[in-house]
Order: sequence, then structure tokens, then C-alpha cells
Amino acid sequence: MSTNNGNGRDTASGFIGKSVKRVEDKRFITGFGKYTDDIILPKQTYASFVRTPYAHARIVSVDTSAAKEMPGVVAIYTGADVANVNGVPCGWQVNFKNGDAMKEPKHPLLANDKVRHVGDAVAIVIADSLEEAMDAAEAIGVDYEELPCVVDAAKAAQPGASLVHDDVPDNICYDWSLGNPIEEVNGAMNKASHITTLEFVNQRLVPNAIEPRSYNSSYDPISDKYTLYTSTQNPHLIRLLMSAFVLGIPEHKVRVVAPDVGGGFGSKIFHYTEEALLTWCSKQIGRPVKWTATRTEAFQMDAHGRDHVTKAEMGFDNDGKIVALRVKTFANLGAYLSTFSSCVPTYLHGTLMQGLYTTPKINIDVTAVFTHTTPVDAYRGAGRPEATYLLERLIDLAAHEMNMDPAELRFKNFIPPFDGVNQPGYQTQVALQYDSGNYKGVLEKGLQMLGYADVRNAQKEAANNGKLLGVGFSTYIEACGIAPSAVVGSLGARAGLYEVGQVRVQPTGKVSVYTGAHSHGQGHETTFAQIVADKLGIAMEDVEINHGDTETVAFGMGTYGSRSLAVGGTAIIKSLEKIIEKGKKIAAHKLEANADDMEFAAGKFTVRGTDKSVSFGDVALTAYVPHVYPKDLEPGLDFSSFYDPSNFTYPFGCHIAVVEVDKGTGKVELKRFVAVDDVGNVVNPMIVEGQIHGGVVQGIGQALFEGAEYDDNGQLTNASYMDYCLPRADDLPMIETGSQVTPCPHNPLGVKGAGEAGAIGSTAAVVNAVIDALWSGGHKVKDIRMPLTSERVWRAMIN
Amino acid sequence: MSIKITVTVNGVKHTDKVEPRMLLVHYLRDVLRLTGTHVGCDTSNCGTCTIHVNGKATKSCTMLAVQADRHKITTIEGLAAPGQLHPLQEAFNQCHGLQCGFCTPGMIMTAADLLQHNRKPSEEEIRTALEGNFCRCTGYQNIVKSVQYAAEKMSERKKTKKEAIV
Repeated sequence: MSTNNGNGRDTASGFIGKSVKRVEDKRFITGFGKYTDDIILPKQTYASFVRTPYAHARIVSVDTSAAKEMPGVVAIYTGADVANVNGVPCGWQVNFKNGDAMKEPKHPLLANDKVRHVGDAVAIVIADSLEEAMDAAEAIGVDYEELPCVVDAAKAAQPGASLVHDDVPDNICYDWSLGNPIEEVNGAMNKASHITTLEFVNQRLVPNAIEPRSYNSSYDPISDKYTLYTSTQNPHLIRLLMSAFVLGIPEHKVRVVAPDVGGGFGSKIFHYTEEALLTWCSKQIGRPVKWTATRTEAFQMDAHGRDHVTKAEMGFDNDGKIVALRVKTFANLGAYLSTFSSCVPTYLHGTLMQGLYTTPKINIDVTAVFTHTTPVDAYRGAGRPEATYLLERLIDLAAHEMNMDPAELRFKNFIPPFDGVNQPGYQTQVALQYDSGNYKGVLEKGLQMLGYADVRNAQKEAANNGKLLGVGFSTYIEACGIAPSAVVGSLGARAGLYEVGQVRVQPTGKVSVYTGAHSHGQGHETTFAQIVADKLGIAMEDVEINHGDTETVAFGMGTYGSRSLAVGGTAIIKSLEKIIEKGKKIAAHKLEANADDMEFAAGKFTVRGTDKSVSFGDVALTAYVPHVYPKDLEPGLDFSSFYDPSNFTYPFGCHIAVVEVDKGTGKVELKRFVAVDDVGNVVNPMIVEGQIHGGVVQGIGQALFEGAEYDDNGQLTNASYMDYCLPRADDLPMIETGSQVTPCPHNPLGVKGAGEAGAIGSTAAVVNAVIDALWSGGHKVKDIRMPLTSERVWRAMIN
Repeated sequence: MSIKITVTVNGVKHTDKVEPRMLLVHYLRDVLRLTGTHVGCDTSNCGTCTIHVNGKATKSCTMLAVQADRHKITTIEGLAAPGQLHPLQEAFNQCHGLQCGFCTPGMIMTAADLLQHNRKPSEEEIRTALEGNFCRCTGYQNIVKSVQYAAEKMSERKKTKKEAIV
């Protein structure tokens, strides 16, 4: 057993499961992290964009003559210059109900004929300094003919709405449905003794990674090679999309580097127009071009999240058992299709409609529409927070309407525990098969941590004293560990979603790992090193994790969908297994034994049942100095593996919020937040808990503070930190975390993923708590539009 | 037009000619290449550019470089002696007070100012002191714990020092 004290220097095995301190911290706490904007290349130039202030307009003319003469200006390009360059592609094809492919209008690198959302770029100015580029951009005159616009998803789909793309009728990108035939669901619903109906908006959010997006692209004419430094979550995917689909340049002539990246939360998955445009420009001018978004540009250009308008109905029988669920959602995709936008309201949302419940009949219908707004795509949780919000608001509200305890109503409807080994996975009505689960367990633990009876007593007491205290639940499930390639391929994904892990044992026994996963805060350099050190029985400091550079890492699909450990970690494990297998052959030869008789443990190859052994370091050296070596065995100890999972993973949990609502002002104070999450086995509990904290607070942000606000003219009226309310340190209580472990049955680590869980579960808990507080004061309110500002809560009480 | 300024940064005197409109944060990042100080917004809200000007936490995007003339500046790179860690830097590692690391230098500089004035801040005082620094990763929880940890370490060290003197 390990005696590791947390610094990772112990050579004994046993790092997995320990809260080892992060090895990557040192550069960040001392100011020596290297983010894209920190990089200045020789002969560097800087870009600034001319962006439309109108949501929808025809570009009549662009006058760059004055700007071209300004000091320091190197080049100016407009939409006409890149009219023959492809637009940025969408990576997932969803089909209409009738089988037709979704509408995919071009997303050009610069707008040519029309601009379609505030911030859409009309021209790029490149100069010797950023200031000169900005000055020249100001001097460009654009003549716009303003056109009517539409920002609301439901309104956009109505006949007569202003068209975002002339060739997309009714602005409908696709319609889609999933589940049981609607007639069956209607039939079940008609027999329900109680139906809870909720019409609500899951509002648009701005992801707000604190590092703005930043790109620095260069071209070397001698080698005919491009290098793009980019703040992305998936450098290989960017290389593939940019080289093969947009610019038509050979993939092997493009190097994409994602150095330190300051948070992503989904917004840095996508291939953005600026990445491809800067790369195109770098060849035109023969100098490197750099651009870093201002925060206002980040608000206007980074893909937003959520933005669903939904009507949902849940039917119950006399006993409180759910008999049917019927959902109609309008999903706002914004002005253009972002890389994975099409799959978010469908395969990451509709497929979660089973939740944790045994609902026998489910149908969801989704209409996805274009509007004159910033594109919408995956944001932490991506579809699954919307699904959880829908289900958990419905069941909590149903409990209030039927005068039942919301915890009891959930217990009544939970899918019974199953481990996925002795009991099969749970087949939902909406395509997915859950891997393993113990749903009642997390709610029981949550109630215990909360002290449920005491809180309900306090609520009664508060009500007697004229105060409104509320308790809200959210018991969620999600699908992550994305994803089995064949499954997502059959659903329209245009990429495989495996991961690559290479383990290179150096001659001295030190280990370099190359992973296609990308860390932008998740701590892979620690977690993956724990796994490798553990499996090889070496010190963590003898392992280095490399990621983020297409030149060093063979291939990869990147980090999103809580996939890094479940998919990327497993790819590393597969390579470790190959190393140990080959190591056994080398060791057997050294010990004059049979390879089948070799065992490997704690850094030693041993002949089974004897004390004859050889160390891992010895075997490594022999692999590279193969003087005495098995015939027919290649030298070297270096393996790469692709891992394609057999199923998604399904973390779940129970979040409980306690709030106090001020009767006079409607102000909501979040008093407590209990989060019990089951993410399967855990490699580093400290890191997992940190992920839960961060996710929970983003979900609380949606409930109480955040929301992108468009006016009727398509202006994003809160596109700055003065106006968009991010959660701050003094808005929050300490999150009380608990855990349960139900291992994933289909990957060797038994892990499920923890990156998105917090954000998926927490929002509904907070809103349900406010609704519960209002009901305790006799205000039978069904819904309040998020974020729950004081004014909205106050209005809900007085109406 | 450019103006000559002399600024002491992390104990080293620098004399440079800068444009009058250049922000202090850009002087630090682009001229001195001290890139530990970050830029996360354009409205002085996010706090990632926080440094110390004459010992006081200041958002370096709210100052022009010319205003720093003849002042003493400390950035994250100079918070501790070379090869050493400030108790807050150690605390952020020990308490997992950072994930992506982008807000971290600003957080540490703000917290360092707090601990200069308040050696034993309550949780509420820490949260209030940090409300001008955004973090999107941690939910602030482990940042608050890091500051508490550092406060404790600093008071322990002070005690030990005092005892040593006695």
C-alpha cells in the first residue's frame, strides 16, 4: 500500500484514489503559464475586426481606402476577398422527421452580402501593432441597409418571420422527434389522473471562460507549413476541420498548438471563423497574425449555450407514478450552425428525457431554428442541463400540485438500482441504455446530509414568522464519456469520438505520455500521471503528460462531454497494457523463463511463484539496448492506442438547495447547497470535488444571475461584465459535497466523468427551492423566468 | 508621441518610452514580457490584471503606463523571492484553489493585499475582498479555503519568528 503524502513522490503504487496535489499548478501560481495571448512571434502582426452593429443588414458597400493609408497597416480583407473560401462546417448532421438533411447555410469567414447577428465580421485589419489595427478598423466605412430581425426561437419559426438565410424556409434548420409514437404517449397522457404542465424558457447563457479566445497563426513558405496557436479544447479537430473542410490545405502541413487554455466550458470546442481566417491571412501577408477577443467580442462571438422555449407535460396515475411525458421544444441555434450545435437539442437533450424515472411513454419533439443572434452550441452540460431542468422542474412542481413530498414522489418513480454486471443496463424509451445506477442512494444520502426533517421544520417555523424558506431538489442523470463512434455515427456525427493515448517509455524508465485529451483546467497532467505511475509502479515525477500539440500527439478528439478520463484515460490504460505485455517478454528472456509465467506488480516483473524478478527500469533499458533480447521482438517500449468506448457513461446525483426569499423585495438568498454526485470510481477526489464546485456554481449562475438579453432589434444588451452578471465570491455559500460510487461497468477504470455534472444538476434545485419558498407562503407559482432576479420573484409573488 | 517612464517592477528599475494611451497591463505584458498578469475583460471587472502598485492591489487595466512613472510595482512573478513561494501560492496548490490558472495571479495578488491588512479574515471578509475577481472554474470555494490556509500559515510563521526573537 502507498504511503504517499500527496506530493506524488512516493514510488509505491496506490496513487489512484488519492487527492494528489496538482503538478501543473507551479507555472500558474508563479505567473509562468503560457496562454496563446502570451506568445509573440518574430515579425508579429495584429488583427482587429470591423463588426456589424446591426443584427440583420445588407452590406451595401465597404470603403477601406482611408484605412489602407493609415500607419502600420499591413493588409485589409473583406468578405469579397474570401468569397471563394469555404465556410466553417458543422460536425453533426441531424435529419428532418421526413428524412431530409438539415439545412446548412454557409458560415463564411467574413460576411459578404449580409450580416446576420451583431458582431458578425465584415472586415479584418492587420497591422504592425494592435493599436494601429484598431485605429484603421475605425476608419473603415461600411454602408448597411438595415433589415428586420428575429431573435426569439418560437417567433422565428412562425410564417412571415424575417429570414436569416434566404434559402431556409421558416428559419427551420430541422424538426426532429424521439421516443414512443406520439399516439401512444397521447393515449397514456389521456388516462393520467394528474397532468403537470410547464411552459418555460431555458435562457441563453454566455459561457465566459475568463481567458478570451486567442489565435496566432503563421505560415512558413520554405516548408509550406502553417502553425496555429489557438485557445481550443481540441487541437486535432481544429486542424482537421480547418485544413480539410475550410481552407483545403494538406493536413500534414498544418500544426495546431493549444498551449495553456484558460477555461473552455464548451465554448472553445468549436472551429471559429477567426481561426481559419487568420491562417488564410498569414499566407497572404507572409507574417504571423494574432488576434485576441476583447470581452465584448467574446460576448458577441463565442458560441452561447441553452436558449430553449419549451412546453412539457408529465402525467401521473392516482398513486403518483409517472405514466407519460410529452415535450415540445424550440431550440435557438443563432444565425449560423456552430460545430456541434445541431446535436445539442437533439442527441444530447432528447435522449435524456427518461431521467431517473420509470416513465413508460415518452415523446419529445424539437424544432431547431435560425435567428439573428450569436450561434448557440454546447455549453457545460450541453443539452443535458436543459433536459434535467425540464424533468426536475416538472416533478417538483407536480409534487406541490398533488400535495406530495417532492423527495417521496421521486422515490416512488426511481429506476431500481442496477450494477450493469449482474443486472443488465437500463433500456430507456429514448434510445440510451444506462450503464449502472443507484438513484435512490444519492437522494437518501442528500436528505441525510441536509437533515431534511429539520429543514422542513425550519420552513414551517419561518412561515409562521412571515419568512419564506424553500427546499428544492434535482436528481439528475447525464450521458457523457462521449462517445461510441458507431452509435454517434448512426445518429449523424461526422467524426469518430474515440481517444488516443501513447505511452513512450524512455530508455531510463522515465515515461512520456501523449494524450489526445486536452486540459484547460481539468488537471490531466496530474490525474493521468497518477494512473500511469500506479500501473507501472513508478514515481509520479517520472511521468510527464503531453497534450495540446498536433506535432507531438499522434491524434486526438479533445476534451468535452466529460470524456477525458473515461475515454482518454482508457486509451492510456490500453497502451500501458501493451507495455506490460511486451515487458513480460523482455523480462522472461532476461530471467530465462516463459513469458506466460511472468507477473507484473509494483514496478517488478517476477516469475510467478519465485523470487526471480527484474525491475521495470531494467526492462526499459533492455528494450532500447537489446544486446540480450528475445528473437523476433522489436526493440523499444512505446505504444499508442485508440480507445472507442462501447457505451456512454451515466453519472448521476442529487442536488438540494435551501433558499430564503425576502417577502418585501423578492431577493433570493442561497442558504445551503448539498451536492451528492456519483461519477463512478474516482482517481483524484480533490480534482473531482473541484469540478463539482465549479459546475454547481455555473448552474447556480443560470438560476439566479446569468442570461444573455437581446432586445427586439437584436442587440445583445448585456455584452460586458458591467451588465452580464457572473457569480462572484460573495454570492455563494460553501457547497456541501458528498459522494456515492457506482462503478462504470464498461471501462477498466470504472469511471464515469465529472466535468459537467455540477452544472447539469444544480439549476433546477435552486429554482425549485424558490418555487417551494413561494408555495410555503401561499403563492402557488408555477414558473419564474430565469435568472430569478429580485424583481421577477417579487412580481411572481404579487401577481 | 511617446513619453519616458521609469518604473520599478519586482525590484528592477525599467526606463522605457511608451505611448500615452498604453495601459499599464500592456506595458507589463508586451514591453516587459511579464505575462503572468492577464487581461480578461475591457471594463475593469474581471480582476485578472491585478498587481500591486506601491503595495496596494490595483487592476493594471485601470491605469496608464505613464501613471506608473516613479512607482513601485509587484506582479505575480515577483511576489515571492526567486525559487520560493509566497504562502498564498503554496496555499492555492495545497487547497486546489485553481483549475485553468487564468484568474489565479490576480486572485493571489488581491488576496495578498487582503492579508496585509487583515491577518485573520472571516470567510465573509474573504469573499467580499475577492468579489472583484472572477473565476469561472472553481466556484470560488477552494480559493476561499486557500486564503484561509495562507492566513493560518502566515500567522504561524509570524508566531515562530516572534518566539525565535524572544
